[in-house]
Amino acid sequence: MKIKILYFARLKETLKFSTEDLELPNDDFARTLTILKLKAYLAKRNDTWQQMLMGKLKVRGAINHELVDDNAPITDGDEVAFFPPVTGG
Amino acid sequence: MTVRTQTQDFDTGFELSQLRNARKDTGAVVSFIGQVRDLNEGGTVSQLTLEHYPGMTEKALEAIVSQAQSRWDIFDALVIHRVGILQPTDQIVLVAVSSAHRGEAFKACEFIMDYLKTEAPFWKKEVTSQGERWVDAKLTDDDARERWK
Repeated sequence: MKIKILYFARLKETLKFSTEDLELPNDDFARTLTILKLKAYLAKRNDTWQQMLMGKLKVRGAINHELVDDNAPITDGDEVAFFPPVTGG
Repeated sequence: MTVRTQTQDFDTGFELSQLRNARKDTGAVVSFIGQVRDLNEGGTVSQLTLEHYPGMTEKALEAIVSQAQSRWDIFDALVIHRVGILQPTDQIVLVAVSSAHRGEAFKACEFIMDYLKTEAPFWKKEVTSQGERWVDAKLTDDDARERWK
């Protein structure tokens, strides 16, 4: 399966990534992928990723432009986004 | 409904008169303007950068305005939010709501702002005398939204 991931604000700046295409083998992991599972998977990259995605910072997730919670399922072709709590207005 | 994100400034007088004149049965237009302060969390702010998520931001704002429209008897609503680099006293956001009577417009305008603050993907980064810092979300903004539930 193939998904697109976007990062914003503090995450984008610290991870030095604004967008990436991620390809995963079509195994059980991919078939049961959720926001939380994806965060944990990306967090394994190194300490910075661990700290930003699974640390103290609250990270919100979106799938295809909709805010979702950690248990939301991710499917092939989805656009996933990770960002800190919003501060507009 | 009109929802816009833009780098350029907006003319509040023009926008409000458009809303006022759109319907002759309009009896009230309530508006809110948010602007850049030069003081935040004890530091002097010289510049603010607003980042957003193109596509999702507009969709989120439209969903918020739709909720307001289904909840109160309003005629129309306008949201303009700026992105990019801003200075103290620059306008950030305009929310304006028209209705027959003021009560509905006041409530809808406040509801839209409270939800915008907590659900629309915008992020502020400040330049202060101590350097750059990302603005943290405030719990009081969550509380403000919760009271509408």
